[in-house]
Amino acid sequence: MTSGGIRIKAWVAMACALFCGAAWANPEPGQLNMTRGVTEWSSEPYFLNNVALGVCVVIGVLVFGAMFVAMFRFRKSRGAVAEKWSHNTMLEVVWTTIPVIILIVLAYLATGGLKTFADTTGSQMTVKVTGYQWKWRYDYVDYQGKAVEKVGFMSKLDRESDETRQLKSGMDPYAVKVDGYNTYLLNVDEPLVVPTDTKIRFVITAGDVIHSWWVPALGWKMDAIPGIVNAAWTNIKEPGVYRGQCAELCGQDHGFMPIVVKAVPKAEFEQWLAAKEQAAKQPAAPAAPAAASTAAAPATAQVAPATAPQG
Amino acid sequence: MAHAATHDHHDDHHGAPKNFFVRWCMSTNHKDIGTLYLVFSLLMFFIGGSFAMVIRAELFKPGLQLVQPYFFNEMTTMHALVMIFGAVMPAFVGLGNWMIPLMIGAPDMALPRMNNLSFWILPFAFAMLLSTLFMPGGGPAGGWTMYPPLSLQGDSVANLVFAVHLMGISSIMGAINIIATILNMRAPGMDLLKMPVFVWSWLITAFLLIAVMPVLAGAVTMLLTDKYFGTSFFNAAGGGDPVLFQHIFWFFGHPEVYIMILPAFGLVSEIIPAFSRKPIFGYKAMVFAIASIAFLSFIVWAHHMFAVGLPLGGEIFFMYATMLIAVPTGVKVFNWVSTMWGGSMTFETPMLFAVAFVILFTIGGFSGLMLALAPADFQYHDSYFVVAHFHYVLVTGAVFAIIAGAYYWLPKWTGNMYSEFWGKMHFWNSVIWVNVLFFPQHFLGLAGMPRRIPDYNVAFANFNMISSIGGFLFGASQLIFVGVIIHAVWFSKKKATDRVWEGAKGLEWTVPSPAPYHTFEVPPVIHDDELAHGHVDD
Repeated sequence: MTSGGIRIKAWVAMACALFCGAAWANPEPGQLNMTRGVTEWSSEPYFLNNVALGVCVVIGVLVFGAMFVAMFRFRKSRGAVAEKWSHNTMLEVVWTTIPVIILIVLAYLATGGLKTFADTTGSQMTVKVTGYQWKWRYDYVDYQGKAVEKVGFMSKLDRESDETRQLKSGMDPYAVKVDGYNTYLLNVDEPLVVPTDTKIRFVITAGDVIHSWWVPALGWKMDAIPGIVNAAWTNIKEPGVYRGQCAELCGQDHGFMPIVVKAVPKAEFEQWLAAKEQAAKQPAAPAAPAAASTAAAPATAQVAPATAPQG
Repeated sequence: MAHAATHDHHDDHHGAPKNFFVRWCMSTNHKDIGTLYLVFSLLMFFIGGSFAMVIRAELFKPGLQLVQPYFFNEMTTMHALVMIFGAVMPAFVGLGNWMIPLMIGAPDMALPRMNNLSFWILPFAFAMLLSTLFMPGGGPAGGWTMYPPLSLQGDSVANLVFAVHLMGISSIMGAINIIATILNMRAPGMDLLKMPVFVWSWLITAFLLIAVMPVLAGAVTMLLTDKYFGTSFFNAAGGGDPVLFQHIFWFFGHPEVYIMILPAFGLVSEIIPAFSRKPIFGYKAMVFAIASIAFLSFIVWAHHMFAVGLPLGGEIFFMYATMLIAVPTGVKVFNWVSTMWGGSMTFETPMLFAVAFVILFTIGGFSGLMLALAPADFQYHDSYFVVAHFHYVLVTGAVFAIIAGAYYWLPKWTGNMYSEFWGKMHFWNSVIWVNVLFFPQHFLGLAGMPRRIPDYNVAFANFNMISSIGGFLFGASQLIFVGVIIHAVWFSKKKATDRVWEGAKGLEWTVPSPAPYHTFEVPPVIHDDELAHGHVDD
């Protein structure tokens, strides 16, 4: 944990954030901007964020620039004498109209994004997500039009993070790593495994209080509310492990309720699913080995895979 | 009026009561009650601030070092409740109490006895709220938004609800008093469109308060009956809907955030013209902008709920309505800049805080515009980006404006000049550290750090550490403020003139400093050029 090393890494990441706009899956030290994400839709919020930020920076430079000019030019100490005018209709019309035009453009861009996000039709797979204090349950409902048999599991904070996060544990959060990536509070015992290049519909609800399912790389969050079933969709383009957290205050362990989505190529997912279904049919047999055998496969994935999804 | 004047005739010649208890606990004098409000709000500012210090200390580095997560949640909840209902709102009421009668030429508030009651409710409300921290079940830990079902899991629901009821009663009475005063007690010739912008902003705010505090009262009463009487307003298992609470809460909560900023607009609209020695640019546009913002605040509540699963039409409506607020807000900012343009500016402490307000509040407005874009909000929502946004509008917005107002009128209240050097020390420390505190939180949010978490991944470590350092130093800087006030009240040797600031206009500067216990017993004669905006033409 040499601070120098960390600082250099932070600067590299920062430079990257500023200049390359790289698509990140997971938070990086010193990250300055939103992730572009890895799904068909996730570039929408990223694009809107950048456009809106640009608009704000330009307006900011103009307004604050005018203010600073005024503060230096019209100082009493420089002998400035106050002028008498106190309104100018032309100017007021202009600075009401121009913002309206800018807002119309932004509204147009945002509306398109909203419409595509609201359209959950044509999905090839359905996953039910249920929030509990303080873990997530995932149930696979259907895949390619075929009902999935009894595949579902709880997903909660991994043991290493859990031990480290205890008050005054004396353990080092920087030491919690998976494949070189620090996963403190961002790792689970069993991730949600999904296929890439598949429109996946999520139906999201909760068992006790309100939670919110948020994986920044997917580009959205959706509240999980008891008694209500919300729908959202994603279509992940790049295999990898994507991490997020519960985003709605849900009690004392709200900060310890991570989400890990492991996106794998379709063929691999089908194997994994078949193994899970098989295991569900023989409840006595241990489910883990079958799952573990597939976990080493995505060596080509851009992001290092998490620990094998063991039960 | 006539009756009151004869009845109080004896006091008129004797000024304030000598007995401490009679003067400060039984007061019906708007100036004393204003002082009580301001002192109370300063106390609450430090109590709420100490909760924030606990939060920032825990977030100083990854890993839990100081507090258990449940206590952390109590701290975030109490910090918000105390700051909103204990610090910011009473500070504005205090400023309103002190200054509105002076600015419109009234001898006192319209309902002085109710004024006493509306203040004295507050200490009891906060005693009830804060005492929950020492009770076996702990204080409220479900966030200031009190979303059920989580908020119903706590043991302090009844105390929280009754405390909120008391605060609401106090606010409503304060608002009624302000409306009655402004509409009925203006000196002859003080037309509505000659009133200072601060008075206008409070008039509009008071209507917002009366409109929405009962809504909050209804929402928390439903929480209470859900918890203790087996109703199911918000319980899905009993046919209720947890989202219903959010709609009701934010129908209160969104106007509430404007209740906390509109009087700040008014304050800044007094201070910038005074130190620019130039009338406010576009007086009518300013009043109209405040009124439009107040109207729009009622139809945008669901922008706090973009991630709750609204139908597409709802998302689009609330997005467009929210974006519209940028127009009148922009008008206000442009008008402040134009007021400065062509002026003859000096930069005493109130002006410094007012200028910082304009810049930093605008930055908070920018992030507000970004948050209004629903698809982007799917990422920002409930992240630290939101925390950064509302602290820019509430700390560098509302709180900076209150501090600016306090410095602006401190000589009028005390009769003494505060120390300009220490005022400037307070300003520069505040403005630097508040940005160190809140600016990095934008980055944390964009990188994916949720709000209200007591611990975080190491990727968020560096900005959290910077933010915490800014937090401690910003907190410490506020001690300078206390020093400046104590010095100005008891130790300053420099007497203030009647018209304390060269460019200050308005009736409050026509009375002596300190303002006598009773003012305007005979209504003043209004001269247009004496008013800040008296010569508004067309």
